[in-house]
Amino acid sequence: MNERRNKLWTLFKSMFMLSACTFGGGFVIVSLMKKKYVEELKWLEEDEMLDVTAITQSAPGPLPVNASVIIGYRMAGIVGSVVAVLGTILLPMIIISVISLFYNQFRTNKYVAVALQVMRAGVAAVIFDVVINLAKNVCKTKRVLYILMMIVAFICTCLLKVSAMLVIITCLIIGITDLLLETRKKTPH
Amino acid sequence: MILLKLFFAFIQVGLFSVGGGYAAIPLIQDQIVNIHGLMTIEEFSDLITVAEMTPGPISINSSTFVGMRLAGVGGVLLCTLGCILPSFCICLTLAHFYYKYRTVGGVQTVLAALRPAVVALIASAGLSILMLGLFQSDLFSASIENLRFVELGLFAVSLVLLRKFKTNPIAIILGSGVAGTLIYTLIVI
Repeated sequence: MNERRNKLWTLFKSMFMLSACTFGGGFVIVSLMKKKYVEELKWLEEDEMLDVTAITQSAPGPLPVNASVIIGYRMAGIVGSVVAVLGTILLPMIIISVISLFYNQFRTNKYVAVALQVMRAGVAAVIFDVVINLAKNVCKTKRVLYILMMIVAFICTCLLKVSAMLVIITCLIIGITDLLLETRKKTPH
Repeated sequence: MILLKLFFAFIQVGLFSVGGGYAAIPLIQDQIVNIHGLMTIEEFSDLITVAEMTPGPISINSSTFVGMRLAGVGGVLLCTLGCILPSFCICLTLAHFYYKYRTVGGVQTVLAALRPAVVALIASAGLSILMLGLFQSDLFSASIENLRFVELGLFAVSLVLLRKFKTNPIAIILGSGVAGTLIYTLIVI
């Protein structure tokens, strides 16, 4: 019982902290979650974290909330999901509620603008660090198909502005085709 | 009455915002400005600025902001609840099936094809944030004269700290914000 309470508290605390640092969109929090839950707490495997990201990207709604639902469910069932989501949304709700009362001062403040601009450098470094590790592991599979898919998907999203949803659906179709070919190879004619 | 109206408006936003936070913005605009006429377009663009400037998922930030401006704390709770309720249910269902079947061989093959794509998506998000940080523009309109050296330095130092010294990513993000703001206020400006 005590162990479960500790786990829920860690879940809430870590989601709260990560959410406080997600400047600049959902993939920032995915990078932070990978560092926290895969590397530090060792709650999830790396492949699992990538699967969770693919699922959250395919479902409607905010990516950080979706990821909290799944990670919370994995750690402590539905209660875990509720606790994780609360951790994710609590601080943004408080900050925005306060700011909405005097947002003109906030919006035009010189220091706020500078801090938000320079913070992007740190955020980008965190994402790059995570991406380097993940890309290395994709290369370690030694499957040309996967490495090629990664490069093509990067070019498509980055240079050709293809939507993330479309990239995931395409890869899903490739995965299913791969599975069908694999099963056919195994069954003797 | 306004509370109920807001709640149902945000349920629709939550249900149809597929593909990350920015997908929610036109949906919120449609519900709040166009359909219900609860806000002017000027107020709405202020909302977007504030939602982007503060930590947390954009759609949570916007629903909190709308709720607070239109109906106080009750509005905050109902708007945010409406926004996350659909994706909460959907992700819970997906999580249930994922953990039930993820060890099945065939499912493994399909999921493995999704992982390279997810790595590519995270990489693209990282690159666009880096471009915003270094050039204050996207990849296509970046020119070398606009390179911001302070941000470049912060990025390089952050990446070294992360890779060589395994520094905590939250410390990196907040630290780059503090260090950069100090450099700009004391030296550059």
